[in-house]
Amino acid sequence: MRTAMARRISPLAWVVSAVAVLFTLTLGVSIGAVSLAPLTVWSEISSNLFGTISSANSSESTIVWQLRLPRVLLAFVVGSMLASAGCAYQGTFRNPLADPYLLGVSAGAGLGATIAIFNGSGSSKILLPLAAFAGALGAVLLTYSLGRSAIAGRSSTALILAGVAVASLLTAIQTLIQQQNTDKIREIYAWVLGRLSTSGWNDLAIITPYILVCIVVLLRYRRVLDVFAVGDEEALTMGLPVAKARAAIIVAASLGTAAAVAVTGLIGFVGIIVPHILRLIVGNSYRILLPLSIIYGGVFLVLADILARTILAPQEISIGVVTALLGAPFFLFVLGSSKNGSVT
Amino acid sequence: MTELIVRELQVKLEKKLIVNDIYIDLSVGQWICIIGPNGAGKSSLLKALAGIIPSTGEILIDGTNVRDLSERDRACWIAYVAQEPVMPAGMRVFDYVLLGRTAHLKMLATESPKDLEIAHYVISELDLNDFIDRDVATLSGGERQRVAIGRALTQASPIILLDEPTTALDVGYQQEVLELIDKLRKEKKIAVISTMHDLTVSGLYPDRLMLLADGQVVASGSAESVLTRENIAKHYGANVTVIDHVSGPIVIPERDRL
Repeated sequence: MRTAMARRISPLAWVVSAVAVLFTLTLGVSIGAVSLAPLTVWSEISSNLFGTISSANSSESTIVWQLRLPRVLLAFVVGSMLASAGCAYQGTFRNPLADPYLLGVSAGAGLGATIAIFNGSGSSKILLPLAAFAGALGAVLLTYSLGRSAIAGRSSTALILAGVAVASLLTAIQTLIQQQNTDKIREIYAWVLGRLSTSGWNDLAIITPYILVCIVVLLRYRRVLDVFAVGDEEALTMGLPVAKARAAIIVAASLGTAAAVAVTGLIGFVGIIVPHILRLIVGNSYRILLPLSIIYGGVFLVLADILARTILAPQEISIGVVTALLGAPFFLFVLGSSKNGSVT
Repeated sequence: MTELIVRELQVKLEKKLIVNDIYIDLSVGQWICIIGPNGAGKSSLLKALAGIIPSTGEILIDGTNVRDLSERDRACWIAYVAQEPVMPAGMRVFDYVLLGRTAHLKMLATESPKDLEIAHYVISELDLNDFIDRDVATLSGGERQRVAIGRALTQASPIILLDEPTTALDVGYQQEVLELIDKLRKEKKIAVISTMHDLTVSGLYPDRLMLLADGQVVASGSAESVLTRENIAKHYGANVTVIDHVSGPIVIPERDRL
């Protein structure tokens, strides 16, 4: 008799992933206006973590520890969150087009940020993220309450449609505010396009706890996401409390996305591209897809940030522009060259 | 000895009465088949029993009111195979059959070796060993039904609801699937409620038939007593001949000769 195991990540995939993470993190910290040797980078990191002697001089030390490492780690954490949120939404809504901004997070955050900028808080490192976070969360709550009451919570389509409606409404309000304050459109635009320039470790320290909790929650639902694949009706008869499970997944994915958006603005495509490229390689089981989305979402955004910093150096391109400009064609290429082209 | 008792079951969808006043008594090993014209409420009745659509009235299993149970506990009693089970692209047969263990796992748990063992056991019981790595979306109609029944067996519930298990199948697969259900309910002491489209086939295996029309039971009992020329004329508006046969009544539509 053949014995099969439940789906899990192969040892080889773990090794490849570990190498990919170490490589991109090292690359991210090494590359920039001043190139640093990987050895210098790790020696400086080790000296800060373990008190070993660093081979870096004082300016190199500042570049590694105060400028690049927090930025690279922020990119990694945000990429992980966006990719895993996208992956989780795709699973629970059984919709391969679902992205982390599905339920109005982006429009809500945009409106919150716009209001903050027009109130003169645009330069505040605390008020702007807070306003964006509140906006994102408010939008998701609005979407959820509208979607649930629409058909008594029995159809996830109602929720997605409510998300579209809420996003349109909030975007309209945002546009209205912008048109009356045209002088600040540039500032808004910079925020909307997303950026990873940070104030050292602060941003990272603020959002990492939220994101970590959300990612751990999503990870624990990886088997449940596979159960969702047979549809709500059959999942229910198999004993899955469908509404409860979906609510928990939505809360975790939305909260994490809101936290990420609050600090970095809107970074598109990560939540769609990363899970889908992984699907083409490792198949559709969320037991594998979700953990790998966390890992490669981070890797992807670190790489995208390297490009954003270097293509037009010393000028920096918005990270959201890079993910869209490079991500979309790359995605189409992978899709076209995959054997069956199926992504669902 | 599990017993299912249904009393005064009623299903309303958007204030329209879909199914009304249903009584069922069913013990393990028995098979009731629900027949009736299109729109009579056959599928709705099964979905109500499975907990997919809301209903009123009593559903008791061994004296326990099913309505008081959580989704998980209910699923430990009742398994359901949809008319066209969703076969997610890219899912292996083994993973699909293993989904049946959901009812026995805490929501955030993963399968234990025992769960894997049960899935393997069911797979070899149903002769699915050669399919174990196949993508469920690539299976034929008959294979899909067998795999879906395998998932329901892995769920290990004493009651299985089957919505039109043979409708999409040609006569060979039809016979294979029905023989399988018949064997399983006898060997494993499972109570089966199915709906069926083909009247002659519905008389072959089940112990009892329930003829549903406009959501009401209009006839129930043995195949011989339900599949009569009069009943079919009245409720299906069809002109048929019923021939006695050793397997069960054979229902043949009559052609109007001008």
